[in-house]
Amino acid sequence: MSKEAIIKTQNLTKSFGAFTAVDKISFEAMPGEIFGFLGANGAGKTTAMKMLSGLLKPSSGTASVVGFDVFKQSEMIKKNIGYMSQKFSLYDDLTVEENIAFFGGIYGLRGDVLKLAQMELLERLQLMDQSKKLVASLPLGWKQKLSFSVAMIHKPRLVFLDEPTGGVDPITRRQFWEMIYEAAENGVTIFVTTHYMDEAEYCSRVSIMVDGKIAAMDTPRALKEQFGAKNMDEVFYTLARGAKRGE
Amino acid sequence: MSLIVKNIIKTYDKGNVLALDNVSFEVKQGERFGIIGPDGAGKTSLFRILTTLLLADSGVASVCGNDVVLGFDKIRRISGYMPGKFSLYQDLSVEENLNFFATVFGTTVAENMHLIKDIYVQIEPFKDRPAGKLSGGMKQKLALCCALIHEPKILFLDEPTTGVDPVSRKEFWDMLDRLKSRNITILVSTPYMDEASRCDRIALMQTGKILAIDTLDNIIGSYKNKVFGVETRQMHQLSQFFKTHKAVHSCYPFGDTLHVTPKDALLTSIELESSCKSAGFQDVKVFDIVPNIEDIFMNLMGQNNGI
Amino acid sequence: MKTFLAFVLKEFQHVWRDKRSLFILIAMPVMLMFIFGFALSNEVKNSNIAILCPKPDEEVLSLIEKIDQSKYFTINKMMHNPNEIENYFKQNKGKMVIVFENDFADKLQHDKLANVQLIGDATDPNTATTMIGYAQGIIADYQKSLLGETNLPYAIQVETRMLYNPQLLSAYNFVPGVMALILTLLGTMMTSVSIVKEKEFGSMELLLVSPVKPIMVIFSKALPYALLCFIDVLIILLMARYVLDMPIRGNIFLLLAMSVLFIFTTLSLGLLISNSVDQQQVAMFISLVGLMMPSLIFSGFMFPIENMPKPMQIISNIVPTKWYFEILKSVMVKGLGFSYIWKHTLILVGMTAFFTLVAVRKFKIRLS
Repeated sequence: MSKEAIIKTQNLTKSFGAFTAVDKISFEAMPGEIFGFLGANGAGKTTAMKMLSGLLKPSSGTASVVGFDVFKQSEMIKKNIGYMSQKFSLYDDLTVEENIAFFGGIYGLRGDVLKLAQMELLERLQLMDQSKKLVASLPLGWKQKLSFSVAMIHKPRLVFLDEPTGGVDPITRRQFWEMIYEAAENGVTIFVTTHYMDEAEYCSRVSIMVDGKIAAMDTPRALKEQFGAKNMDEVFYTLARGAKRGE
Repeated sequence: MSLIVKNIIKTYDKGNVLALDNVSFEVKQGERFGIIGPDGAGKTSLFRILTTLLLADSGVASVCGNDVVLGFDKIRRISGYMPGKFSLYQDLSVEENLNFFATVFGTTVAENMHLIKDIYVQIEPFKDRPAGKLSGGMKQKLALCCALIHEPKILFLDEPTTGVDPVSRKEFWDMLDRLKSRNITILVSTPYMDEASRCDRIALMQTGKILAIDTLDNIIGSYKNKVFGVETRQMHQLSQFFKTHKAVHSCYPFGDTLHVTPKDALLTSIELESSCKSAGFQDVKVFDIVPNIEDIFMNLMGQNNGI
Repeated sequence: MKTFLAFVLKEFQHVWRDKRSLFILIAMPVMLMFIFGFALSNEVKNSNIAILCPKPDEEVLSLIEKIDQSKYFTINKMMHNPNEIENYFKQNKGKMVIVFENDFADKLQHDKLANVQLIGDATDPNTATTMIGYAQGIIADYQKSLLGETNLPYAIQVETRMLYNPQLLSAYNFVPGVMALILTLLGTMMTSVSIVKEKEFGSMELLLVSPVKPIMVIFSKALPYALLCFIDVLIILLMARYVLDMPIRGNIFLLLAMSVLFIFTTLSLGLLISNSVDQQQVAMFISLVGLMMPSLIFSGFMFPIENMPKPMQIISNIVPTKWYFEILKSVMVKGLGFSYIWKHTLILVGMTAFFTLVAVRKFKIRLS
């Protein structure tokens, strides 16, 4: 496992006209780290994530993601990261198998390699006998596990999870986090946003954005000590309550 | 009783999908009643039946004494409804939306300003902005204003805090607190278990069934299982260990703590801690805790699913 | 009443804020008028033709000159070999070839009979027929001038007069056609889409859970589009009169009244569609395929109904656009009065009442 940072940003900034959505953020995320990225709606989370995943060109600063420069090599970044969001992940009207094949294809898996990855994935999720079913017919929890696995199908070293657990029941939520842990143990860096503050505690490190800046960044334990809070919810509230800008 | 629901069953897709499975409960005048459950629990179907938008397959329900089928037009006059999806007109401004919905209910914004003043002052600076261009928290406030503008006797709020950040969520519940004095009955649903504490009484729902109904304290008080909290720096490894532990029924992470339910209620925290230590986990602290709503929900889920 | 006004105000706000759609609504009739008026004209004007005549003599040359001088034809090729004909059409150089037989002048003088063959490219049958007709006309003219005063004993002179549209201008056909189509499209599609939009965005859910009468919701929807349709009618009529120089013969108020009636028909159809579907795309699809296509085919605008097989002629009777199109032609082109179109009017009134009734009855007071 290399000890080089997977994400490395220095004063990364994005402005839209006079509005600075992301204001000089600097941080590093190491291999195998679960990096929690929190913030109130409109704090600049989404913009920051778009820059890091190569979808949006930053205004200034520097950043490298999985070894590629966000300014010049956004296409390489897109090829080498995984992305999963609650809003969109899989095609409901395709079967499990077809979804895997489609997303595998997007990431350049072909022929035997794709077949192998597909088999592996179905086996790991114990979805072998459901592979011909439409994704629409799967329970939400399974869909989420499947879309996480699909996001990981090309074995990326970094995966972005945008509110991956919204609306699911508490057991499924925890099962999902077990998958995240497993991936992290295999050295994958997980970059995750969530509105569940207990989930923030599962992260190795958490950053909290307020008004486009990183207001705090540390392990959950250290943050709680620093703010004299019982849990991350209180930490978040203390920091985000002071936000000046609406969303 | 402000709301009476009796044996409601609702299916979709010609009976193939069971959305509500014999649901019954009652809500008192002025009470804030929370329907708590994940997506697919049947919350929205229930709300639509009570707001007269859908017909149940069987069972009866009444809102402030009006049957949801026969008295639908009366119910529509006295209810305020905030659907799960933001449903105001995106191209109309904040003010225009509010005026429109006031007129729809045959009233004016001025007449009922006292009801929404607390909330409206927060969105007033944006009153000329199209509703579609508001932030999530602002949209939510506007939707609540529109639902309140005709001074309803009962408010139906379907997942008002979904997808909203924790600060806005707190603010929203604080707004509901301030409505308390108006004696408006509120039926509210949420997938966030921690919001149970903001309701007078709650119903825990999963896959169309009500798993439990009571006040939060009573639900927790009547929970018979013992739950241990376990603190460690080796969260993931320890939880894997508990999964294979003979004396452990279930183990789930709760933030920085593991919640462990033993199979045998006689098991003590000291015994569990020493069994961890003998397995090589030195940095472990086990202690008794009061279970929280998620512990209970997960346990009930297990029973509901026949596990 | 106050509630209704609030609804109407809201609808106007929706329409007014959606500047792009508004622009399309106004620009579409203007565009269509220009396209039909100048670009898509099916009048034959300076069409390229070829002449095949191995050995042109005096008679042939003077006839060719007459043809070339006419505004209908331009001769762009002189052929000497029949083999060239096929290539001429294949390369799409022109639409017609006129073939003169050898020793044309000789035969005309001595045998009193000379043959001319007209070969048209009938891939577009209408154009081919028109061109052949013009060519025959020119040749007949020429023949007449040859004969001069010396009358043939038993010659039959056929004289044709094209009534109402002596210059055979296509504007007389396409202006009513464009009007009918635009109203069908706008009235039906825009109304249905705007109602279904409320269902899709969820606002219908809020309106249902309120004391408003459903009828208010749907009628307020129709009003702004009725106005827009009327504006489009005015635009088309003004353009027809002042840009295309087409006189409007009948009573303008009768024309406008009939247009208003037809606008109501299309709106009621739009309401009916919107009450039957839940998605904007479906509403649009039904309006386009279920209504626009039949209107194009069965209105008589593109294809004459009299030439259709009987079953098709019967079907055409249920297409409202057909009746409006006929009213327009009667009033606008022929200058007829109400007594000639009362039957059409009655049919449209009946259709409107029927659609509205079904639409109102179909309006659901609940979801699904």
